[in-house]
Amino acid sequence: MIKNFWENLSINQKLAITAWVFLAIPIIFYVTIRFYPTYEAFYVSFMKWNLLGAKKYIGFKHYIRIFNDEDFWIVLWNTIKYALIGVPISLLISFTVAYYLNEIKFGHQTIRAFYFVPFLTTAIAMAWVWRWFYQPMPIGYFNIMLSYVGIPQQPFLRSIEQALYSVMAPAVWAGLGFQIVIFIAGIRAIPKSHFEAAEIDGAGRLQILKEIILPALKPTTIFLVVISTIGFLRIFDQVYSMSEDSAGGPLNATKPLVLMIYEYAFDIYKLGRASALTVILFLLLLTVSLLQLWFMRKQK
Amino acid sequence: MTNSNQIIEKLEHLNPKKIIIWTLVFLGSIVMVTPIIFMISMSFKTGQEVYIFSLFPEKATLKNYIFVLTDSKFIYWGLNSLWVATFSTLSVLFFDSLVGYTLAKYNFRGREIIFVAILSTLMIPTEMLIIPWYMMSREFGWIDTYWGIAFPGLMTGFGTFLMRQFFMNLPDELIEAARIDGWSEFAIWWKIAMPLVVPALSALAIFHFLGNWTAFLWPLIIINDPDMYTIPVGLASFNGEYEMNWEIVMTASCLATIPTLFVFIILQKYIIKGIMLAGLKG
Repeated sequence: MIKNFWENLSINQKLAITAWVFLAIPIIFYVTIRFYPTYEAFYVSFMKWNLLGAKKYIGFKHYIRIFNDEDFWIVLWNTIKYALIGVPISLLISFTVAYYLNEIKFGHQTIRAFYFVPFLTTAIAMAWVWRWFYQPMPIGYFNIMLSYVGIPQQPFLRSIEQALYSVMAPAVWAGLGFQIVIFIAGIRAIPKSHFEAAEIDGAGRLQILKEIILPALKPTTIFLVVISTIGFLRIFDQVYSMSEDSAGGPLNATKPLVLMIYEYAFDIYKLGRASALTVILFLLLLTVSLLQLWFMRKQK
Repeated sequence: MTNSNQIIEKLEHLNPKKIIIWTLVFLGSIVMVTPIIFMISMSFKTGQEVYIFSLFPEKATLKNYIFVLTDSKFIYWGLNSLWVATFSTLSVLFFDSLVGYTLAKYNFRGREIIFVAILSTLMIPTEMLIIPWYMMSREFGWIDTYWGIAFPGLMTGFGTFLMRQFFMNLPDELIEAARIDGWSEFAIWWKIAMPLVVPALSALAIFHFLGNWTAFLWPLIIINDPDMYTIPVGLASFNGEYEMNWEIVMTASCLATIPTLFVFIILQKYIIKGIMLAGLKG
């Protein structure tokens, strides 16, 4: 029966069936592990629920409470600060390095490897190294070095003003290598004829940079801005492992959105409230992605 | 004589500006690896030497390594990480390329919808899914299991997209010819198409493996049993800043980092190419 049915099909029908057979398991995966959970996150964000009891529909109450919560605004501002300060700093450094590194021939591979290696490290492992560097004397290397040049001891992770930047530094450090490699790839993809034409016209270095390299790198830059903005908005590992008690301290000065979600969901099991926060994070990231599409389209 | 003349000629080509640029870029690269160097140096120090600011330990010792490998659960964590990352990477290589191939090389109604649906999962942040995943894991008893750590990452939208791009470049004639020769559809994919996209597969494998090796948030949530920790979760469990044994923590951090550095040294070319590839295609 089945064999007869199969043999009566046209080739195209057979191929279509094969395709669906190949896709069967992946479709089950994407529906159960991606789409259904996405729906559930929205659904739970309208529920009062503490994991053990029954879910109770409460409409937009979580969102209203979140927007009336002073801590939420501190945390949201921290999150935005990570991106707003971290992204320009890292892109500025990585572009500068890429621009000059691209021209270097002697030891190029080794130097590039040195810049790239931090990208391969485990954030938690390096968080311990940075935490050690930030210690007061006599352990902390930063404070030891400051003392050599006569600058007073700095509190770094223990100060409300400095902690956020102290946590941001290893995140910037770890991301540079990736950005440098992408920037170099972008510079190398510019057709040689552009440079030759510019040289014939007698353009100087600065002019070539301004009129050829920077415009040609626009898509690369947009890509990197979006990737690293999303990365900084989702920062968690460094904060969790560098702030005291893993709580985004001192006094919430380093706490980003994802850590707040983690605490609501897995420390006090307010899953509805935590889900509402994840929806807010989702909308924030979606805005960034849509801005990218809009910029890309404007390019064309 | 000729030799020294050549050198002088070469030196004349080097203008001081170039030398300054080279030096600055080089110094920058040294600064970049400094934290790693000091981490390694600290891991060889004895407890008394921890408080001395120096690069080379006066009495280098392996005691810290022996301690971490025998007196802590580090070996378990390493094996857990290795096993989960390997399993997850094999799954991603198999399924992402199967789906990418199907979407690139088969014509069927609904293909566009499936492609867009899978692509749209790239917009959903993991953080939004962890709560539902956790609820799911509680229900099915996946907490503290390898499957629990691995299941969210068994297929990825990014890998599917990447592989589809590569399979699209394969000539259709190749597949047609194999069909006429009587190859099965699965064999055409596995034996003809797959070997032709090995560079893309290796890039995907490296990224996915590295991503799993360093993954933190989800393993932190799904694992409570210290025997089941992955390396990052285990490292984070070292705590208590004041009574801290920094040399021990640095040794554990070294053990977490050095395997990936080795892999990088061996595969440097492929990794850099892979990043460029993924960056340009993405």
